[in-house]
Amino acid sequence: MIETRDYIIFLLVMAGVTYLLRAVPFVLLKGKIKSRFWRSFLAYVPYTVLAAMTVPAIFYATDNMLSGACALVAAVIASLLGRGLVGVAVVACITVLGVDGIMLLL
Amino acid sequence: MKFSKGVKDGLPIGLGYFAVSFSFGIAGSNFLTWPLVTLISMTNLTSAGQFAGLQIMVDAAGTFIEMAIATFFINLRYSLMAISLSQKVAPSFGTFKRLLLATGITDEIYALSVSQTEPVTARYFAGLMVLPYIGWSSGTLCGAVCGEILPAVVTNALGVALYGMFVAIVVPQMKAHRPTLIAVLIAIACSAAFKYVPALSGVTVGFAIIICALVASIIAAALFPVKDEEEGDGLDEASYESGKEGAA
Repeated sequence: MIETRDYIIFLLVMAGVTYLLRAVPFVLLKGKIKSRFWRSFLAYVPYTVLAAMTVPAIFYATDNMLSGACALVAAVIASLLGRGLVGVAVVACITVLGVDGIMLLL
Repeated sequence: MKFSKGVKDGLPIGLGYFAVSFSFGIAGSNFLTWPLVTLISMTNLTSAGQFAGLQIMVDAAGTFIEMAIATFFINLRYSLMAISLSQKVAPSFGTFKRLLLATGITDEIYALSVSQTEPVTARYFAGLMVLPYIGWSSGTLCGAVCGEILPAVVTNALGVALYGMFVAIVVPQMKAHRPTLIAVLIAIACSAAFKYVPALSGVTVGFAIIICALVASIIAAALFPVKDEEEGDGLDEASYESGKEGAA
């Protein structure tokens, strides 16, 4: 078990760095960015960040790559069929449960 | 843009966060008492950063400097999002409100607020934060308190909830807007390269994500700039020139 004093410092460092990364650019940028290129760039950022975070990390989020890969495929299909945030997340979870369950039985 | 609309829009994120932070609570309860695990979630509100932070915290060799550097690189994407969000907020969203609400800049809350057609007000953003914050904190609490009871099969399944939410945000935009589809494919190819090309595998995950997002977004911005419009800083159907044929 970690000492309380160390825990507090770790917590302050982690929370402080995270907060400053969010707050500093948010507070400093008051005007609109004029450049069309940078506005386009910023419009693409959310999607490229999330895509890079998901693939290939999802393959290693479970005990075996098969269930992670199946979860990704199922989530994409659910999303294409119009499911929302929770619906897609639930489909991904159930897929892992199903595939891992079958693997346990085999 | 009312507070109550924000709360309503935040509900699905809150539910998703509950599931994801549940698995963080389970992971944390192996090393820390439940109040200490919950406090991490209440002060950070970040998924990947917290999981990495927990590893460093409980590692006997982990140092404060290492914590600062790892947190910085894993969470640097929030700075990109903060810059992007600053272009989308209403003029009334002043400095004090920004300082107060900056913690709400998470992957999902950010993605949902910039996808709004109207400028984002402080009230709406505050409303949007409420349920995700409660979901993230209470999910961690529940995971830390009762996680040990659940079998690994269940906790594994909960672990992909986060990625499921990411997919739900990205895929509809890929379907509606072909340049986004191309940008996402570039980001994925780049991210796979960092994982599987031996020369690149030494780069930390957080840093790899930033490089991938920068490369893919710069290429997409150069090839498919969004149309100039007074409020056209999003990728909604009307605000781009190319890729019309990709619209579904």
